[in-house]
Amino acid sequence: MTELTDLYQELILEHNKKPRNFHRLEPHTHQAEGFNPLCGDRLVVELSVQDETVNDIGFVGAGCAICMASASMMTEAVKGQSVAAAMQLFDAMHGYLAGQGTVLPPGKLAALAGVREYPMRVKCATLPWHTLQNALQGQDGTAKTE
Amino acid sequence: MNVASMTINPSLDTARADFPILNQEVAGKPLVYLDNAATTQKPKAVLEAMQHYYLWDNANVHRGVHTLSQRATMAFDEARLKVQRFINAKLPEEIIFVRGTTEAINLVAQTMGKRLVPGDEVVISALEHHANIVPWQMLREERGIVLRVLPIDDTGQVCLDQLPALLGQRTRLVAVGHVSNALGTVVPVKTIIEMAHSQGIPVLVDGAQAIPHLPVDVQGLDCDFYAFSGHKAYGPTGIGALYGKKTWLESLPPWQGGGDMIRSVSFEKTTYSEPPAKFEAGTPHIAGAIGMGVALDYLETMGMAAIAAHDEMLCRYAADRLAEVPGLRLIGTAADKSAVVSFVMEGVHSHDIGTILNSEGVAVRAGHHCAMPVMERFCVAATTRASFGLYNTMADVDALVVALGKVRHLFR
Repeated sequence: MTELTDLYQELILEHNKKPRNFHRLEPHTHQAEGFNPLCGDRLVVELSVQDETVNDIGFVGAGCAICMASASMMTEAVKGQSVAAAMQLFDAMHGYLAGQGTVLPPGKLAALAGVREYPMRVKCATLPWHTLQNALQGQDGTAKTE
Repeated sequence: MNVASMTINPSLDTARADFPILNQEVAGKPLVYLDNAATTQKPKAVLEAMQHYYLWDNANVHRGVHTLSQRATMAFDEARLKVQRFINAKLPEEIIFVRGTTEAINLVAQTMGKRLVPGDEVVISALEHHANIVPWQMLREERGIVLRVLPIDDTGQVCLDQLPALLGQRTRLVAVGHVSNALGTVVPVKTIIEMAHSQGIPVLVDGAQAIPHLPVDVQGLDCDFYAFSGHKAYGPTGIGALYGKKTWLESLPPWQGGGDMIRSVSFEKTTYSEPPAKFEAGTPHIAGAIGMGVALDYLETMGMAAIAAHDEMLCRYAADRLAEVPGLRLIGTAADKSAVVSFVMEGVHSHDIGTILNSEGVAVRAGHHCAMPVMERFCVAATTRASFGLYNTMADVDALVVALGKVRHLFR
């Protein structure tokens, strides 16, 4: 097992303590809810999309530090990006954390890479991303991490 | 062969040596196993008895006239006697072998449920494990019964004074947990049974969490049903028992159909066996029953009174030590508690706590403990739960407190 500090990096702890874009977004064009019944992590992601660009994004919810930091860092990474770029980020994060990809997620998101060594916690990190994907694809219902 | 006598240290002080699994490192630290409410570890005596059965005696029971079948049948029947003795049932045929507590409760719900009509009522408490909630909710959907819930107070104890108002003409059963798996509350089931019986209402007790911790006497309690699992009482998974008063087991319809539960079968008519066979269709978990029997022997050798005292001492010590941890709040502070401390820490989610404790070798449960209504009652999504077994020591509690210091440090 890797060192605990690989999982709980300073950046993650800091985002957990002060999550970015932690608010409802009104008005919004896209919204989805994410829920992990196993641990109770729950969040809502809302986006304002115009001309295929994520103009703004916000989230609210409660969960573990990994989930909250992942959501916070996700909102930073996605804001101002095209929808296609956001979906690419989802693929990069999901692929890496699910153990398929070998390329580290770009930028600050690489701080979440350590989660891969903790299989029981991978879903904590991917839940916000599944919720983002559902919101952008306009899917109804609650996102799960399956 | 009495395997048990060879490998038991008949003292709680040295019991740890009976559990080889505890002698290992996790994350480079000595394992401190505090997840006993989820499942307990198994003493060598249990493992040896099960291996002995498979190595030498394996055969189907109640069928063959050959030697192995006789041995297997004798060992299986003896396991039933051990369960009977352990919970002080009047008769061995009052013990039904099932997969575990969940199956035991479902057995009662499904058989008794066939006779329920819309508007009939079942009373449970707000402390229940999902296993004593969902089977009744399924019955609500199937039969239109009404589910009534006895509330709990801020300490996590049931509000006994509110029970009379829930018991009425249409109450067909009270189904209540003996010890809460989420909080450790010891529920006054004897009083509940007396109150229900005074109105002619039968009572089922979910004893999954009580059997490994408290002396249980089903005749003394006068309960109508008592359900428990082997694996939470130092026995194997996949086996448990349902105690039912003989009159109930005779009057309830059979449950699953198949071999063993019939007296004669023709295409025109089938007659059913008497209890317990009536409720044990198919080849049973023979090795499991044998293992559970030895586990109960093990508990008997240690002494349930000594175990209960040990659990209470650890529980009190843990509550005192945890009070020293800044920002920690105990959930469940009833006067009568057994072997569980459940808590939340300000600013730290229980799953983070669980992961960090694991990095210190300390195994706890983080989550809702299959008791989501209890979490809701205390307005928390999840708690961290340390639960004790007979092999745990005050040093294990100290290790937990030290590891929680690391959580505090990381999330400062």
